[in-house]
Amino acid sequence: MKLSPLSTVLVALLVAMLVWLFVASWPDWLTGVLGAKKLFVTTIFNGVTLAGLYFLVASGFTLVFGLMRNVNLAHGSLYLLGAYVGYTVAELTGYWLIGLAAGFLVLSAVGAVMQILVFRRMEGDELRQTLVTIGLSIVAADLMLATWGGKTYQFSIPDWLNGAITTPIILAHRSNGDAVPLTYPFYRLVVLAAAIAIGIGLWLLLNRTRIGVMIRAGVDDRMMLSATGVNVHMVFAAVFAIGAGLAGFAGVVGGSALSIAPGEDVRYLLASLVVVIVGGMGSIPGAAIGALLIGLAEQIGLAYFPTYGVVLTFVIMVAVLAFRPQGIMGRPA
Amino acid sequence: MSTLDPAAAAPARPWSIAGSPLTWAALALLLVYPFVASPFFIYQVGGYALVLGIIALSLMFLAGYGGMVSLSQMSAAGLAGYMVAILGSNSVGTGFDWPWWVVVPMAVLVGALFSTGTGLLAVRTAGIYTIMITLAIGMALFLLTQQNYAIFNGHSGFAGIAAPVVLGVDWHQPVPFYYLALFVAAACYAAVLYVARAPFGLALQAIRDNPRRMHALGFHVLAHRVAAYAFAGVIAGLGGVLLVWFNGRISPGTIGVDRMIDILVIAIVGGIRHPAGAFLGAIFFVILETFAIDIVGAERFNTMIGMLFLVVVVFSPDGLLGLWGKARRSLQRQELPNN
Repeated sequence: MKLSPLSTVLVALLVAMLVWLFVASWPDWLTGVLGAKKLFVTTIFNGVTLAGLYFLVASGFTLVFGLMRNVNLAHGSLYLLGAYVGYTVAELTGYWLIGLAAGFLVLSAVGAVMQILVFRRMEGDELRQTLVTIGLSIVAADLMLATWGGKTYQFSIPDWLNGAITTPIILAHRSNGDAVPLTYPFYRLVVLAAAIAIGIGLWLLLNRTRIGVMIRAGVDDRMMLSATGVNVHMVFAAVFAIGAGLAGFAGVVGGSALSIAPGEDVRYLLASLVVVIVGGMGSIPGAAIGALLIGLAEQIGLAYFPTYGVVLTFVIMVAVLAFRPQGIMGRPA
Repeated sequence: MSTLDPAAAAPARPWSIAGSPLTWAALALLLVYPFVASPFFIYQVGGYALVLGIIALSLMFLAGYGGMVSLSQMSAAGLAGYMVAILGSNSVGTGFDWPWWVVVPMAVLVGALFSTGTGLLAVRTAGIYTIMITLAIGMALFLLTQQNYAIFNGHSGFAGIAAPVVLGVDWHQPVPFYYLALFVAAACYAAVLYVARAPFGLALQAIRDNPRRMHALGFHVLAHRVAAYAFAGVIAGLGGVLLVWFNGRISPGTIGVDRMIDILVIAIVGGIRHPAGAFLGAIFFVILETFAIDIVGAERFNTMIGMLFLVVVVFSPDGLLGLWGKARRSLQRQELPNN
């Protein structure tokens, strides 16, 4: 993407302003406008780490859509199922990491089975596939309620991930001149790091491997890919497995950061929907941009206009749809 | 090949029953119903099914004739219901206490405007995106009503909303409410059938089948689609007014994702190709909901309805009406040799 000199200057100014907001000690008038520096900095941190979680959920959703044109409205259910499975396994074995692996692997298997048993039967019939995913999500939500009940679960994160770390950002100075640094939960930063790592991993998978070549070819022309002798069904099943596995992975990661309860499936489905509508369907960088925008909007809304927070998210969606219906990074259908 | 696919060219209303003896028989049956049923069946089953049918009809119109599966019709209805609570009177004491003949048109108007706005956003993208965008819009409205106390009174919503007493009749009583709902339902049903055969409806169906060709012919594709949303919004708004009168209360739960999906389930299970499907699906849904306790226990109602929905989507994409059409066609085939 090439920027014109004018927009380069603008972007540089914006970045400089943001850096200044984090580094400088705030003058009084700024505190008057934005509230305490602590509120602002924590909000931005929360927004970015939440964006990491949203990216984890939405990347699987957008990956599946990109190849199969399948809007998987059961994606939220996959997230919640992953969280429950991960929790149960972690409780049984006593190791959080095994729970994380189980969340990914079990949901990958579920995704592959869904593709092979259900979606292969109605290939090319997008609306029916979508309706089927709605039906599956109704049944899944009810069966999960039957199995795990209506209570809220809280993961116990291993000690090495727990606790807060002290960041070099100075929030204020005490009267005796001591600096007050920002302390932030370590785990949330790990979530962000995991999201970035997975994003890079997906990019490498799509752009540097043979299966990535097949997937990208399938996105462009499914029939042609099939004609060149590639087993498209295998590629589809693999992509669905990765997408569902990512949802399960995000379920364990997100369930540990927040909590697991019925209704979370709908919340993360909405997040995935809005992220990919804003970012552009089928685009991994789009999902990253969308997640960042929505995560920040949600936290800023929560901090600065509590009862209208959801409106801010919605305004972003409307603005994107009005000016760029296919999403920020999306290609025209 | 599924006939649910909006791009699939379907023959125009293969089992049209408008004006046929069947329509009149159904209407007569519905008119006589209160004389033979108990108040519970008149209100909780009959009245409720008609109200849900009206809201599902608005979805059916968009999906069946326009090829746009909008999940936010329940939100349009719910917003109209909220308007009844806010502009009229409610037990929270925040109502404006306007008379019903101001409140009802205003509520329907707000519902229609909401639906039109949804349409303006959703028609900018095509096909499968519609479900996503309308689902997101509906969820956003749900979250807004839940978080916002200034206008929507947050989580608890409004209660104590009663249908007005007009012409000396208390329209909240089972039999008057049933006939009111039946009248509105019949009017909406007739309106949908009329619009479907009017030039606008024909153009809309042509746009569903081939938007590019219609565009080339000089039709304004987007304007037709948005107008369809506006029309569907009026129907949804009427349904919403009746729904809030029926329940006597409205809260975010009324427009939650579950309820949005319920309307979709009703329309699809009933059959999305003909307006009668919406009401057939609603009757089926309400009866199932009422008697699910005896079949699977109240706890697992959603599993049952979800399974049913899956079976319909996978095996009979045209729903109950489709089954009926199939049965009728096979009967006709059997009769042929005798002729």
